[in-house]
Amino acid sequence: MLRIDHLVKSFAGEKARGKKNKAQEGHAAVFAVNDVSFEVKEGELFTLLGPSGCGKTTTLRSIAGLEKPDSGTITVGDRVMFSGGVKGGDRAVNMPANQRGLGMVFQSYAIWPHMTVFDNVAFPLQVRKRADRPSKAEIAERVERVLATMELSPQAGRQATKLSGGQQQRLALARALVIQPPLLLLDEPLSNLDAKLRESLRYELKRLQRELGITSVYVTHDQVEALALSTHIAVMEHGRVVQLGRPREVYESPSNKFVAEFIGTSNFIPGTVGSAQGGQHSVDTTNGRLFIESGSDLPTGSDVVVSIRPEAVELSTESRAGQVPNEWHGTVVARAFLGDAVDHVVAVDKHEIRARVNPSVSFEPGTQVYLQLDPTKISLVPVG
Amino acid sequence: MTLTSPPVRAEERTEPTGSTGASPSRRKLPLSPKFFIVAGVAAAIGYLALVPLGYLLWGTFFDAEGFDLGGFERAYGSGRMGELWGNSLAFAGGSAFLSLTVGTTLAYLNVRTAVPFKALFFAASIVPLIVPGILYTVSWIFLASPQIGLLNNFLEPVFGTAPFNIFSIWGMIWVEGLHSSPIVFLLMVAAFRSMDPSLEESALMSGATRLQTLRRVTLPLVRPALLSSVLVILITSLESFEVPALLGLQNGIYVFTSRIYFVFRSYPRDLQAAGALAVSLLAIAVIGVIIARLLAGRGTKTYQTVTGKGFRPRPLDLGKWRPVVGAGILIYFFATVVGPLLVLIYAALLPYYQAPSAEAFASFTLDNFRQVFEMDSAGRALVNSLVLGISAAVIVMALMSIAAWISVRSTIPGRGIVEQLSFVPLVIPGIVLGVSISFVYLRSPIPIYGTLLILLIAYCTKYMPYGMRYATTSMTQISSELEESAQVSGASWWTTFRRVLLPLLSPGIMAGFVYILVVSFRELSSSLLLYSPGNEVLSILIWEQFENGSFNVLAAIGVLMVVALVIMVTIAYKLGAKVGLRED
Ligand SMILES: Nc1ncnc2c1ncn2[C@@H]1O[C@H](COP(=O)(O)OP(=O)(O)OP(=O)(O)O)[C@@H](O)[C@H]1O
Ligand SMILES: [Mg+2]
Repeated sequence: MLRIDHLVKSFAGEKARGKKNKAQEGHAAVFAVNDVSFEVKEGELFTLLGPSGCGKTTTLRSIAGLEKPDSGTITVGDRVMFSGGVKGGDRAVNMPANQRGLGMVFQSYAIWPHMTVFDNVAFPLQVRKRADRPSKAEIAERVERVLATMELSPQAGRQATKLSGGQQQRLALARALVIQPPLLLLDEPLSNLDAKLRESLRYELKRLQRELGITSVYVTHDQVEALALSTHIAVMEHGRVVQLGRPREVYESPSNKFVAEFIGTSNFIPGTVGSAQGGQHSVDTTNGRLFIESGSDLPTGSDVVVSIRPEAVELSTESRAGQVPNEWHGTVVARAFLGDAVDHVVAVDKHEIRARVNPSVSFEPGTQVYLQLDPTKISLVPVG
Repeated sequence: MTLTSPPVRAEERTEPTGSTGASPSRRKLPLSPKFFIVAGVAAAIGYLALVPLGYLLWGTFFDAEGFDLGGFERAYGSGRMGELWGNSLAFAGGSAFLSLTVGTTLAYLNVRTAVPFKALFFAASIVPLIVPGILYTVSWIFLASPQIGLLNNFLEPVFGTAPFNIFSIWGMIWVEGLHSSPIVFLLMVAAFRSMDPSLEESALMSGATRLQTLRRVTLPLVRPALLSSVLVILITSLESFEVPALLGLQNGIYVFTSRIYFVFRSYPRDLQAAGALAVSLLAIAVIGVIIARLLAGRGTKTYQTVTGKGFRPRPLDLGKWRPVVGAGILIYFFATVVGPLLVLIYAALLPYYQAPSAEAFASFTLDNFRQVFEMDSAGRALVNSLVLGISAAVIVMALMSIAAWISVRSTIPGRGIVEQLSFVPLVIPGIVLGVSISFVYLRSPIPIYGTLLILLIAYCTKYMPYGMRYATTSMTQISSELEESAQVSGASWWTTFRRVLLPLLSPGIMAGFVYILVVSFRELSSSLLLYSPGNEVLSILIWEQFENGSFNVLAAIGVLMVVALVIMVTIAYKLGAKVGLRED
C-alpha cells in the first residue's frame, strides 16, 4: 500500500539556509531522515516511534508532500508520490500535497477557527475540481455520515473553536476521513490531551481504524501508545529506523541497547484477560492475577500485555495484602540512585520489574520486598 | 495616524492595593504634590485634546450673530461639492486599495513563502520613515511628470506621447498608495507570523489549491489585522496633504485637505468656510474609524487561533513562480526605494533638471548644496525644527509617562478618560488640527499666533497618542511590586515615581522620544497653516522651494534631510526602539 525506499531529507544548518548547495557549506546539514525504508500493507496501522527530534514528523510530512525529500521514493498504491530520480533512469517526481489525496491529522489539529464544524469537514469536498465535486446535497450527506461516525452530529452547526479537546481531535479525524483517503497520516494526535482522555481516545482510534480498515501511519513518542495501537512499529533514532517489527517483537526482543532502553522504561508482562466488567479487568499473568482499571474494554480471554510504569510500583518490606488489590513478592537485585528517585530492579519469578520510588524508600540488593501495584496506573495493551 | 509600531498594550491591568496612596490619612490631604501633578497632567491632556475641537465646532457653526451655516454654504457652494467628495473618496479609496493589496501581498510572500530577496522587503519598509511624503511626491514628479519626468523621457519615443501623467488622480493614488504600502506590510507581517502554518497545510492536504487555501483559509484568518490596516490606511490617505497639494492643485483636482489649505490661504480669508471643510473631513475620519472598529470588533475573539505544538514556520515553495515573483519584488523595490532616492540625488547635483545624458553628467555640481548652506532661512529652519522636535518630544514624553501611570497603575476614578483623551488626536487630520489651533489662538487673548509656540502646541497635540502608546506599553511591563516595595520602604509617591518608575521606564521613553523627534521633523500640514515668515521649519522650507519652482535646491535640501533622518532612525534602532511608520 505505502512503500518508502531510501528516503533522505536534510535541513540546511542555520547559517547555510538559502544557499544553493548545502554540501558546499561549512555548516553541517541536519539529516532529519536518513535512508529510511519501510512498507505498510493494506489495512495496517504502522507506527513511527522514537524520541523527540528523531525525524518522525519529517518522515510523515514527506509522505504528505509538505516536505520535499532530498532523495528516495514514496509510493502509495501504484501511484508514485515522490521519486528523487535515478541517474539515467526514471524521471524525478514530486506530486504536490494537494493532489496526493491523503488524509492527515495534525498535532495541533489545525482546525479552521473561522468555520463551523460542518464547514471544516465539508471543505475537502468543496475544494475539489468542478468535474468531480459532489453535489451540494451529496456533500451534506457525506459530511453528516462522517460526523455521525465520529459522534459529532450534535455539534455540526457549532463554531469549531467551541469544541472540547477530544471533540476537536475527532473533528480533525473527520475532516481527514471525509474524502476516504487511501492512507491516513497522524502526527501525535493524542499528545495535546490529558492522560485520561488520551487512553479512552486511543482505543476509540484503534476501533475506528479497524472498522474502517483504513491504512494509517501514526507518529508518536509514547511506547505504550505505539504498542497498544500498532500492527507494526518502526523505532527511529537520529533519522534512521533502528528496529522494525510487530509490537511484541519490539518489546520482547529489542534489537539493540537504544531500543531496549527506549521501550524498557516500562514493565511489560504478557497475560490473558480472566474477567472484564465495565473497565474492571482481572488479568492472569505468569506472576499471578492482577486487577486493572482501564479505559479499554477487552473481552474475556483476549491476550494482552500489561504495561506497568516504574512509578506505579510501590515497594515495602511489609505485606499489605488485603488492603491493596495487587501485591507481588520479590527480591531486589539492583538499585540505582537517580537524585530525586531510586530505581530498583526486583526479581519476581522469571520477570524483572523496574520500580521507581522516592529516596526515603531504599532497599539493598537481596532484600525481600512486597510490590504494590496501583490498579489505576496500569495499562492494558491488546496484542494479536 | 499611521503609527504602527508601539505594540498594543496588554489589556490586563494590575490593580495595586496601596499604590495610589488612598489611605485614610491621605484622603484628608488631597493637596499633596501628587494631587497637583496628576490633576495638572490630566488638565493639560484635556486641554490639548478638546479645546481645539471645541473652538473648531464653535467657530464653524457660530458667528457674531449666532448659529450660522454660511461657512458650509460658501465652502460647498458653486457646485464644487460633488467633485470634492468624489475626488476625496476616489483618492482615499484608491490609494488605500493599492497599498493594502501591495502591502498584504508582500507580507504574505515574505512570511509564508520561500521568496527571494527577503532583505529588500524590510529595506523598503522603512522608506516612509526616512523619506517624508513631500520629498517622495517631488521624486515622483521628477520621474513621471509629463514635461520633465524621466520615465516619460525614456518611453516617449516608444509610445509617441508621454505615457504617464503624475498630475492626475491616478498619479495621486499611485504615489500615496506606494508610500503607505510599507505600513500595511509591517502590520500584516505581524499577523501572518502569528498564524499557525498547519492551518494552511491542512487545507493543502484536503486538496485545496494555493488560491483556494489563500481565499478560504488564510485571508479569513487574518481578517482582524486586515481590517485594522484598512482603518490605518484610510485615515492616512484621508489626511494626506502633500500628495494632493503637490500633484492635484496644478490641474485643479481638489480633495478635502488641499481644499482646506486653499480656502485658508486665499484672501480675504474665510475661516468659517475652512472650518466647515475641516469639520466635514473630521466627520468622515470619525465615521471611518467607527465602521472599521465595528467590523473588527466582530469576530476577533473567534480568531484567537488555536496554536499547537510543532509550530515551526515552513515557507511554501513557490515552484515555477519563484522567478516571476522575484522579478516583481525587484520592480517594487526599484519603484519605491531606488528610483525615488536616486532621482532626488540626481536632481540635487544638476544645475537645472534634465534627462540623463553625457552632458547632464558633465554638469554635475555641488552648487545646490552650497546655495542651501548660504541660505539664511535654511539655518534658521534647521534650528527651529530641532528646537521644536526636541521640545515636543520632551513635553509629550513627560506628560505621557505620568498619564500612563494614571491609566495603568492608579485607581483614580475616571482614569480611563485620560487615556481616551490622549488618543483623540489620532483621528484629527493634521490640516484639521492646524485649522482648529488657529481658531483658538486667533480668537483668544494669548498672543502666541505667529510664534514658534503655536507650532509646539500643534506638535504636542498631534504626537500625544504615540507618546502615550510608548509610555503605557513600558508601564505595563513593570511589575507593580517594584513600585510597592519602594513605598513600603517609605518613599513618597513623587520620589517613587522619579527614583523607581522613571528609570525603569526610560528605554520606552527614549524610544518614544526619538520617534516623536523623527516624525515632527517631517510635519508639514499643520505647520503650513500655523507658521509665519521667520519661523519656518525644514518641511516648510521645502514647500517654499516647491512654490518658487527651485526644484534643484529643493532636491538638495531633501537629500540632506533624508541623511539626517537616516541618522536619527539608525540611532533609534540602536537604542532598541521598535520604530514604526508615520507619514505626513
Ligand atoms: N524546517 C526545519 N529546519 C531545520 N531543521 C529542521 C526543520 N524541521 C525539522 N528539523 C530538524 O530535523 C530533526 C527531526 O525533526 P522532526 O520534527 O522530524 O522530529 P520529531 O521526531 O517529529 O520530534 P518530536 O517528537 O519532537 O515532534 C530535528 O533535529 C529538527 O531540529
Ligand atoms: Mg514531531
